[in-house]
Amino acid sequence: MNLHGQYTAYILAAYGVSFLLLGGAALSAWRDWRRVSGAWARLNGRGGRGQ
Amino acid sequence: MAAVSAIKAIHQTVLRAAQPARFVELSGMLIPWIAILGVVALVAGLVDGLALSPPDYQQGETVRIMYMHVPAAWMGLFVYALVAGLGGLGLVGGHPLAFASARAAAPLGAMFTAVCLITGSLWGKPMWGAWWVWDARLTSMLLLLFLYFGHIALSRAFDDPRRGDKAAAVLGLVGCVNLPIVKFSVDWWNTLHQPASVMKLGGPSIDPSMLWPLLLMAGAFKLIFFALWLTRTRTEVVEARLRAAAHRSRMEADR
Repeated sequence: MNLHGQYTAYILAAYGVSFLLLGGAALSAWRDWRRVSGAWARLNGRGGRGQ
Repeated sequence: MAAVSAIKAIHQTVLRAAQPARFVELSGMLIPWIAILGVVALVAGLVDGLALSPPDYQQGETVRIMYMHVPAAWMGLFVYALVAGLGGLGLVGGHPLAFASARAAAPLGAMFTAVCLITGSLWGKPMWGAWWVWDARLTSMLLLLFLYFGHIALSRAFDDPRRGDKAAAVLGLVGCVNLPIVKFSVDWWNTLHQPASVMKLGGPSIDPSMLWPLLLMAGAFKLIFFALWLTRTRTEVVEARLRAAAHRSRMEADR
């Protein structure tokens, strides 16, 4: 890819926004799983923070 | 007869795997492998799409936006069909996992649809000279995003989660009307958006040097979706268990 082309900013913005949304979805899924699995483990007296 | 018993055996296996407790255990084993495969496909797709594939003879370097935009559009449509199908299954069969997995999938579908719209806009500005046009394909895709928002809002709008799930499932099924409109909008109306070049009769009309990164990214998006969807579904299952446990302890305290 030519990094000095006139449309480079558009391409980088497209990839940047996509990864931001994808990363946000992954982070939120992981954080929610850690929260509920930790709560479940504590409820069952195992005191863990997910698997 | 052999085919019937094979189908019965598969049905039984799927039902067993879909038992909430078994599902949490099974998905825990599968998620890391699916995620690793997804990341490998994503890296391969990025290298191929950004470094190895050539610029287009008309669009130049902006063709690289297509490697994000098109797979995201496919995922937006695929996930909506999945959400609607799961909602339908929940309404008909009442399986506890059907509604939970539909609720888990909808925000991911909305995310892919948003990626499609944003990347499309970032491609449209340099190529069409406009960030947005009220073209049939773009408008029906925006409607798909609103249908996702409606599904997400409805499924969380009631104190009783079952009522929310049922209302969202009905919206999901009604919204399916939009799927063929999105797909065939470029054929039915005179639009600015180009017609299909991969999923069409007679095979893809796109050069293999561009088809490969597109397919790699499509595979990566699908694998990443499955890893996130399974994670979100098992979160929903454990959350339901926590709600039930809290309800039980309230009942015991009241006695």
